Amino acid sequence: MNTSDRLDATFLALADPTRRAILTRLAKGEASVAELAEPFAMSQPAISKHLKILERAGLVSQGRRATSRPRKIEAAPLAEANQWIERYREVWERSFSKLDSLLAELQAPATDTKN
Amino acid sequence: MPAPLSVELPSDREILITRDFDGPADLVFACWTQPKLVRRWLTGPDGWEFVTCEIDLRVGGKYRFVWKNVDGVVMGMGGTYREIKPAKRLVSSELFDEDWTGGETISTIDFIEEGKRTRTLNRIVYSSKEARDGALKTGMADGMEAGYRRLDTMLADGPAKV
Repeated sequence: MNTSDRLDATFLALADPTRRAILTRLAKGEASVAELAEPFAMSQPAISKHLKILERAGLVSQGRRATSRPRKIEAAPLAEANQWIERYREVWERSFSKLDSLLAELQAPATDTKN
Repeated sequence: MPAPLSVELPSDREILITRDFDGPADLVFACWTQPKLVRRWLTGPDGWEFVTCEIDLRVGGKYRFVWKNVDGVVMGMGGTYREIKPAKRLVSSELFDEDWTGGETISTIDFIEEGKRTRTLNRIVYSSKEARDGALKTGMADGMEAGYRRLDTMLADGPAKV
């Protein structure tokens, strides 16, 4: 996958509350499908479907232990998605810091309170 | 200092931009809706000039923003106001001339006053997930990044006094 495809897969994977909750759980440590399904009112196959989407995005990988195949979180795709969001954030922040100055200026002459 | 800007992806078609400002909601709202104030901060990528800033602030009224860079490249966008609640809420459609957002987007900005501070929540809804991701990934981010670099060299003498 190229960067753009990877990001598509990452954003798709993150655009779901159950999948985000699974990632939050995995951030605390490895877990089996059964363990992951526990907090949700969902069957294991349903959870497996979510895991497949997370795995396709490279956000989650399967451990070696044959019996339980614990899943674990992978940091790299999240970091990449975060980079894009961060750049988008910077674009807005540039404008917003100008708005900060403007607001300060607009309020300066009216109220002479020391800030 | 106000809380830093946060960008969230609440669903696969949305971007939510939250930011606090030091000032009452009516003033912050004015800064988003009065051309002479909008011109002062929504200046687009640094190194660009705000050449057109027209706002017809009524429901169904249109707005149009155009920026131009030193190379003469023009970037324009505009839309229609759908809901106007002074100092509370502003809903508008927006579409860039280049349409790199994959169709019209709808922006809902809520202004929430807390003490002397106003929190703005700008929820931008895109026509599709692809359009949303496209906006995150291309166009704006890349174009503006280039704009900033140009300005970094131009602005060596510090922030311009407004």
